[in-house]
Amino acid sequence: MRAKVTVMLKTGVLDPQGKAIAAALNTLGFAGVGGARQGKVIELDLAEADPDKAHAEVDEMCRRLLANTVIESYAIELE
Amino acid sequence: MRAAVIVFPGSNCDRDMRVALRQATGRDPHMVWHRDTDLPDVDLIALPGGFSYGDYLRCGAMASHSPVMAEVKRAAERGVHVLGVCNGFQVLTEAGLLPGVLMRNRDLRFVCRDVWLLVENAETAFTDGYEAGEVIRIPVAHHDGNYFADELTLRRLEDRGRIVFRYCSEMGAVAPEDNPNGSCQHIAGIVNEKGNVLGMMPHPERLADPLLGGADGTPMFAGLAKILGG
Repeated sequence: MRAKVTVMLKTGVLDPQGKAIAAALNTLGFAGVGGARQGKVIELDLAEADPDKAHAEVDEMCRRLLANTVIESYAIELE
Repeated sequence: MRAAVIVFPGSNCDRDMRVALRQATGRDPHMVWHRDTDLPDVDLIALPGGFSYGDYLRCGAMASHSPVMAEVKRAAERGVHVLGVCNGFQVLTEAGLLPGVLMRNRDLRFVCRDVWLLVENAETAFTDGYEAGEVIRIPVAHHDGNYFADELTLRRLEDRGRIVFRYCSEMGAVAPEDNPNGSCQHIAGIVNEKGNVLGMMPHPERLADPLLGGADGTPMFAGLAKILGG
């Protein structure tokens, strides 16, 4: 089973990289970009075949390592 | 004072820290590799600056799970003093020994220059060599030194005098233009509740000898040696 973890900065946490991306897009003429947020995607190959167990396991991975929950939120997708 | 310096793959200020500690104590600190699981019996553990694990995932995230960190946490709980400088500060927040997190600098640039620091709390073992309100010159060199914590945490740090160093002007005024990285409340260094774990982004070990152009970092090591013995 594969899992896709998306880690994003929480709403309200200043994202200077996202701001720079939005400003760069505006400079390129994409005037409709009101804002941008940058995050990261982590793909995992898992031995676990049971979706519930896999989800619980990945959730623990997120809390212990993949995300810093002080500033980041995460979303888990199983494929 | 017996001291140990933890060396992670990618640490690059470990030898500067060693020299500063040796000058303050007259003896060589233990250099402890991150894979070691037995920490010598020491009074001070220093986590040096650098780019442990290449800053993969998040600065300090990988190092905070190194085998030796479980021992560092146990030692900190027993009351052993722990000093984290720059990447060491990032490791301490990732390990949960200090609250908050160090984010990418406000201007997205690596900042490498001397800054002025206001000593806000001189009651800790780390700042015994300074006076409260003293302004000192210490270098910073980081890309991710923008301290962030939620409002409740910031208020708690503020109310309990746990903000030990703040960025300031040469005259000691605290203002946004003297904040090199956008840190909340201009925070440069904090201590834990018990006062035995300090994290700071500036590098006192880099200005601890007049030959290096200044010695404003020396009182930190001298003060620690005085309080922690020998």
